[in-house]
Amino acid sequence: MATTDGTHLDDLRDGYRDGADGRPAGGAAPLAPLEFLRYCWRQLTSMRTALFLLMLLAVAAVPGSTFPQENNDPSGVATWRAEHPTAGPWVDRLQGFHVYSSVWFSAIYLLLFISLVGCVLPRARVHLAALRSRPPRTPARLSRLPEHAEAEVAAPPEQALEAARAALRRRRFRLDVHPETGGGSVAAERGHHRETGNLLFHLSLVGLLIAVAAGSLFSYSGQRLVTVGSGMVGTAGSWDSFSGGVWASADDVPPFALTLDGMDVAFEAQQTTQIGEPRQFAADVTLTDAPGQAPRRETIQVNHPAELDGTQISLSGNGYAPVLTYRDGSGAVVKSGPVPFLPQTGNYDSTGVVKLPDATDAAGQPVQVGLRGVFLPSATVDASGTPVSGFPDLANPLLIMVAFTGDLGLDDGVAQNVYELDDSRLTQVSDGQGRPFAIRLVPGQSVELPQGLGTVTFDSVERFASFDVRHTPGQREALVFALLAATGLILSLFVPRRRVWVRVRAVDGRPGVSRLEVAGLARGNDAGLREEVDGLLAAVQAATPAPPVGDDGGSQHVDMTTGRTPGEGS
Amino acid sequence: MTIDENIAGLSNVLLYSAMTAYLGSMISYAADLADGGKEIRSATARREAAAAAGGAAVLTRTRPEAPPRRRRAAAVGTSLFVLATLLHLGSVVARGVSVHRVPWGNMYEFALTGTCVVAIAYLVAVVRAHRAGLGGGRDARYLGVFVTAPVLATLGIALRTFYVDAAQLVPALDSYWLIIHVFVAILATALSTIGFSAVVLQLVQERRESRRAAGGDVRGGAFMDALPRSVELERTAFRLQAVGFVMWTFTLIAGAVWAQVAWNRYWNWDSKEVWTFIIWVVYACYLHARSTRGWDGRRAAYLACLAFGCILFNYLVVNIFFPGLHSYAGV
Ligand code: HEM
Repeated sequence: MATTDGTHLDDLRDGYRDGADGRPAGGAAPLAPLEFLRYCWRQLTSMRTALFLLMLLAVAAVPGSTFPQENNDPSGVATWRAEHPTAGPWVDRLQGFHVYSSVWFSAIYLLLFISLVGCVLPRARVHLAALRSRPPRTPARLSRLPEHAEAEVAAPPEQALEAARAALRRRRFRLDVHPETGGGSVAAERGHHRETGNLLFHLSLVGLLIAVAAGSLFSYSGQRLVTVGSGMVGTAGSWDSFSGGVWASADDVPPFALTLDGMDVAFEAQQTTQIGEPRQFAADVTLTDAPGQAPRRETIQVNHPAELDGTQISLSGNGYAPVLTYRDGSGAVVKSGPVPFLPQTGNYDSTGVVKLPDATDAAGQPVQVGLRGVFLPSATVDASGTPVSGFPDLANPLLIMVAFTGDLGLDDGVAQNVYELDDSRLTQVSDGQGRPFAIRLVPGQSVELPQGLGTVTFDSVERFASFDVRHTPGQREALVFALLAATGLILSLFVPRRRVWVRVRAVDGRPGVSRLEVAGLARGNDAGLREEVDGLLAAVQAATPAPPVGDDGGSQHVDMTTGRTPGEGS
Repeated sequence: MTIDENIAGLSNVLLYSAMTAYLGSMISYAADLADGGKEIRSATARREAAAAAGGAAVLTRTRPEAPPRRRRAAAVGTSLFVLATLLHLGSVVARGVSVHRVPWGNMYEFALTGTCVVAIAYLVAVVRAHRAGLGGGRDARYLGVFVTAPVLATLGIALRTFYVDAAQLVPALDSYWLIIHVFVAILATALSTIGFSAVVLQLVQERRESRRAAGGDVRGGAFMDALPRSVELERTAFRLQAVGFVMWTFTLIAGAVWAQVAWNRYWNWDSKEVWTFIIWVVYACYLHARSTRGWDGRRAAYLACLAFGCILFNYLVVNIFFPGLHSYAGV
């Protein structure tokens, strides 16, 4: 770093560096309570602590990507717990399955934001004062500044000074003219909005945090699976799953009604390397915003949700629902309709269950029957002979199931997963030879269960769609703050903050000729400073005639000579 | 819509040609650096001899300071680089035309387009440095080797492990937000990559300088003497990282907007989101460290390296091994 006259350079370079107004960074903690608190506050709001907390935030975010998280992968969490019986409880205790709402993650970002506010508000006050201040006076020896250039022009000092002032004004510098004996100087400064940008950036981050936090208090989301031909309504009891923020409940959902008229699904069937890749998912629905309103037709696709008064309905999944009819031992139709099977693979190998608690067997005794199995839209066999689906679309549908009797456990009053069968109190139905009785059906076929348990008919296949109904308030505010932060960031990184001084002196013995010195100083690294100084000099030279070649022919008076001190920059 | 297999094949042929040209360019640049090292040494020796002979400091000097040496190898390197970039660009465009969409729908295409952006960014840097003034440290061609090498490596890995035939997009990626979000992510990655090259050079240069200052002997790597001083390299690196950081910021914002449309919520803490967030925070650490006393210089540079490590991790590990919503079609 070049040594200079002192104050200005240090003022510019170091006054801002630490965000700490020259206070000592370390030192022992004083004992008086108030002093101690003040000491802690200072530590918390120091640049070093901010850096440390930022790094901690990055590290703390990692486990959320290595462990499954409750909020977006609840089944992954269940699997993980089952597979790691010893580690599971520990991860649970450390809140590793909801890292981003854990106590320790929240503590880090809250401390960071407290530190941020404590750091930025005092800076904002200083900055407001700086916005009204005058540029600092011209240092005595400009040649010591990191950028320096000089030249002679054929104009009296007043005229040259005026040219310099005008050139600086054009470059949108804030400036002060100081007359001196035999000439004068201009002190100029620009780029205050670098700091404005920095403050805007940091404060917008606070705004963003508040918008996100407030939004999560009022947000809710509900999921519902709908088969083609049926529908759903926005009332409290109608969800497969529902979660809401502290101040949100199922009663806040708008009273809409939706009917799924059809599903348009397509998979790649031609291009050999991409066989089975999804190409199109679209749900044709009829949507009524509220009772009594006119229904409207909508197509909900991936990337094209339907809007409903601040709530979005999006398509989050799809699959097959074989239409089954079950007649019990007495011949009565106990169940008839589509049963959703959840896809497990890219080729839609799907699993599902049917629970029939109210059947009667051939002897007239009440009996509970459960069916569990897989649905294969394009059945084939893999290398080991196991039936699998070879393509996601309906080319060769096949339903394979096994049956159970016993206690389905539906009367315990405990809520059950409709897609799983608890077989702890069930016995598997076997054929005459003691092997499990296997049901294999293609559409249109029926099978009679042994032991007079009735018949199962596979009528046809329907499709289903999973809808995600979600309300996230505060998104617009969050976006606005994010864009403000980005704007502030750009200002703070790319607006150069510069101070430039021009000094003009009459040249002894040569009336009408002035010597011009331009010097510049930047806050931080500023590669454009040299161009600024040179450009300014050139602008003044262009506005004034070049000096006549010196009559004494002295080698000092070279036309358009530019001076530069060695060792530019710090 | 059908895929045009012929144009897709043309894209591959162009890419192989481009890689050949990049290889030639890298060799020429390496030769230039090797020459430069020698030349600078002899020039330094001459200057020191002159100073010893009693040359007085001159207050007022006339520019240009010294005639820049003719760097034929660098010129050849740049010509080949321009050729390679044009072929590369052709390959990107052909890929896009063959699938009737933007060519960044899977990891292979991301690498293909990303490296092309790196190449173009480098050429822009060369032209800007040339305009700003010839000679000395202001010539950006010293970065040539450090740009061609990662570009070639990335393309090699992409062709070997990520290559997939041209295909239509899966519905989840079929959105104009893909164009915006992924393109900004490509820009950010490209800038961070060049910035990382500059940071590594800065660290090496700084070590050489401090060893010299301590009177130690610096052996090997004579080409480093042809590069600017570490202070200058630090500045270049910072400027690249700063623009890169702004791009990461927009990647996050555009990603959140898209997520709101596609998944119904703007932030899911999906593993890819988490890692983009981590990258952003680590770059913020780097920028902060630059203005924190005791953390500027070498330590800040290490943070920039760490951030780049996170980018690689995000691309190579998270994309493939971490389950999440961001799965690309066929990798
Ligand atoms: C949410 C966490 C934060 C993030 C993401 C963040 C990010 C950034 C970034 C990217 C910069 C570089 C842009 C620039 O130079 O203006 C910066 C600068 C700065 N930050 Fe932060 N920051 C955070 C918190 C804080 C805190 C807690 C403090 C106070 C202790 C702070 C004080 C500063 C200061 C003083 C600068 C300007 C440095 C300079 O003058 O070059 N920041 N911050």
